Amino acid sequence: MTFSPELEARFADLMTHYPQGRHRGALIPMLMYAQDEVGAITPDLMEELAKRLGITVLQVDEVVGYYSMLHKKPQGKYHVQVCTNVACMLLGGAELYDHACEKLGLGHKQTQASGKFSLEEVECIGACSWAPAIQVNYDFHHEVTTAKLDQILEGLQ
Amino acid sequence: MSNMVKLTINETAVQAPAGTLLIDAAKLAGIEIPAFCYYEGMALQAACRMCLVEVEKAPKLLAACVVPVTEGMVVRTESPAVVKARKTTLEFLLTNHPLDCPVCDKGGECELQDMVFKYGAGESRYTEVKVHVPEKQWSPVVFYDGPRCILCYRCVRVCGEGMGVGALGIVNRGVASEIAPSHGDHLECDECGACIDICPVGALTSGAYRYKTRPWEMEHVGTICTHCSNGCKTTLGVRNNEIVRGNNRDRSGLNGEFLCVKGRYAFDFNHHPERLQTPLLRVNGEMEEVSWSRALQAVVAKFKAGGKAGVIGSSRIANEEAFLLQKFARTVLHTNNIDHHRSGDVVTLLDALSGKTATLGTADDCYNAKAVLIAGADLSQQQPFLANQIRANYRHHKAGVYVATQGAVREDKIAKGVARTSGDCMDAVESLRDKLKSEPELLVLFGDSVKGEGVRKLVAFGESLGIPVKYICLVDYVNSRGAMDMGLLPDLGPGYHAVEGAPGMSLPQMMAATDLDLLWVVGANPLARHKLASDKAFVVVQDMFLTETARRADVVLPAASAYEKNGTVTNVCGQVQRLKRAVETVGAKTDLAIIGLIARGLGVNLGKVDADAVFAEIQKTVRGYNVPLPVIVTGGAAQTMPVNGRVPATVLPELIQSSRDTLFTTGTLTRYSKILNEVLEAPGGLYR
Ligand code: SF4
Ligand code: SF4
Ligand code: SF4
Ligand code: FES
Ligand code: FES
Repeated sequence: MTFSPELEARFADLMTHYPQGRHRGALIPMLMYAQDEVGAITPDLMEELAKRLGITVLQVDEVVGYYSMLHKKPQGKYHVQVCTNVACMLLGGAELYDHACEKLGLGHKQTQASGKFSLEEVECIGACSWAPAIQVNYDFHHEVTTAKLDQILEGLQ
Repeated sequence: MSNMVKLTINETAVQAPAGTLLIDAAKLAGIEIPAFCYYEGMALQAACRMCLVEVEKAPKLLAACVVPVTEGMVVRTESPAVVKARKTTLEFLLTNHPLDCPVCDKGGECELQDMVFKYGAGESRYTEVKVHVPEKQWSPVVFYDGPRCILCYRCVRVCGEGMGVGALGIVNRGVASEIAPSHGDHLECDECGACIDICPVGALTSGAYRYKTRPWEMEHVGTICTHCSNGCKTTLGVRNNEIVRGNNRDRSGLNGEFLCVKGRYAFDFNHHPERLQTPLLRVNGEMEEVSWSRALQAVVAKFKAGGKAGVIGSSRIANEEAFLLQKFARTVLHTNNIDHHRSGDVVTLLDALSGKTATLGTADDCYNAKAVLIAGADLSQQQPFLANQIRANYRHHKAGVYVATQGAVREDKIAKGVARTSGDCMDAVESLRDKLKSEPELLVLFGDSVKGEGVRKLVAFGESLGIPVKYICLVDYVNSRGAMDMGLLPDLGPGYHAVEGAPGMSLPQMMAATDLDLLWVVGANPLARHKLASDKAFVVVQDMFLTETARRADVVLPAASAYEKNGTVTNVCGQVQRLKRAVETVGAKTDLAIIGLIARGLGVNLGKVDADAVFAEIQKTVRGYNVPLPVIVTGGAAQTMPVNGRVPATVLPELIQSSRDTLFTTGTLTRYSKILNEVLEAPGGLYR
């Protein structure tokens, strides 16, 4: 499997951050960067990274399955994640999620046929102080209301 | 000695070496702290929270499996807060657990069942529907029932750290977490079953045992695995005169709880439908089933007739049988034409060590030696237990492991030095000299590619390092070592004394002799690799199956398996252990009994033909075997004394050739083990 020169450069740089014999520690950032480029964590990608880090595919799979930001299936161009964990739930996270479902015509972990939006109900994303919070790709949005959610979604092209 | 730390557990003063984990300190004091994920000798996990205890001044309960003891610590392991925490932990572990104990294989010996019973957490406040996923079969040996799994990681660790295989992992998160096999939907692994045995619950079950019986319905008989030379103790579960399980959960014996696939599951040959139950006699060229008395009469008549006789013993018969067989050959048939298939050059090693300070190594040494050199052997394939000892030594003591082999081996991964050879290993060994020299001591294990002069060179090399060196000469089967010690050799009698009179014919010479009148084969299958040149030879075979050799026989006497007899065997390191009869034979007899019956038919007196009596004679007469009986009788391993002095061998070491069994083969017996065949044929089967 081949990656873009930019990604390869990034990987090469990453390796310098880990001591000899501990390179497997770079697995999570590698997976994230590669996912951005490849679009999903494909079996080929898992095999490639396992080979590069000298670990088994199963060990890569353990990590991929654990972290919710790593996806084996391609997400929409905009991956909308609505938190419904306690802090957000108390301030309307659940309603927000229902609203998003209706607005996008999607359920949990579903993607529009057009590939534009995908939706996911997530656990705490660490933005409790500004609950309810949502995350679209790498961007956080705080104190979201249904109106604000409409606005955010409409602003995405 | 490290500093002792004083602490108090449950109002009792306890002392433990600094660094001891609280859970182990409690155990030393006879206090049990329940644990699921903690497992002695494995990496710490702290995953299950079952071991929570109250420690004074600590703000909350602590996990005793990861907290080292500290001076003045005051610990309570059964306080109301602890009991409540345990109950809650159990309630949590049971949220998706099916509690199907009445049909679960583990029922009756399940750690979860015991705990729930003790803390009364059978009722749950959860009202959610339990998550159910169907059971999966990952290999002929391993089945996984996800809902029963409590995610303790024991299986993952025993496979990765213990076996060095790493075929199991945990995937997903939270309620969806489950154990996953190496290759998506199936396992490609050693099929050792260690994961199954170590599982505290019934999540992992074995193809061999599942749904067959309940633990309390079996008799548990501790005996020795009959397959390789490592001589692991295996505890056979017997029900209705059938072996249904093999494990060693009580950790008795030199192997602790280690067993490979053969010790755990390949007892199934014992009940193979082709097991011989009736003697066979060749009448007018055809094999006919006959009575024991008729078969024995035919044998006795031929033995009386005399002529040129040859005797071939086996590396799987007991010491007593081998001893009696050679005594019979030498004193009744008056011949030194006696041999067996030799798989390692123990004879030259013993001779080469004569007068040297270097000694023989033991299974314990594999675990304790500061450095280990593996020369010319694929240890993980051929000597599974010794390989496991060395892996544990590396893991626990950071032993220096060195490998000098022809191809890549599993030990490469943990080795400090690796050298490849295309010849007899000495070049590779030599190239490791500087590294080996810097070690404080060395244990050398060598395979059959090192023989004759090679062994002498290796010993000379060891001497030149200037450090203490021990040696283990690797051999194939459960009693390969015992067969030699007992004198199943044409030039050496019991205890490696020169034989009286001229040395006899070796195995290949007997096969090639055109004038052989009588060939007596006990438990061996020489015709699998040799042709019998003498057409006129009357062939008597004692075996469990109709092997190539038995097909050529004139009389076949059905023999008992190792699991059907009492006696002793000597492992690769010279440790004597006891075989204990687990099941009764149906029509077969032990080789010892058969030899005795032939002697009686001939009217000769070989002394009392009974395993204990013959062993007493061995103790008295065979060099090195004056071992303490209580050790053996109580199921322990007694180390034989090394033969001190030259060994007057005359027969060429060139005859030595290991069968090169893999993890999944065991000589001729392989074909009669269903489980080994299934494993060999399984998709991705590793070691064909
Ligand atoms: S059977 Fe042995 S090698 Fe296979 S997964 Fe279990 S522990 Fe690992
Ligand atoms: S399968 Fe058994 S040993 Fe493995 S994690 Fe589950 S409960 Fe523990
Ligand atoms: S290592 Fe050898 S003796 Fe031990 S269980 Fe396996 S085959 Fe049997
Ligand atoms: S609960 Fe929603 S961000 Fe923490
Ligand atoms: S035994 Fe301590 S947390 Fe599992």
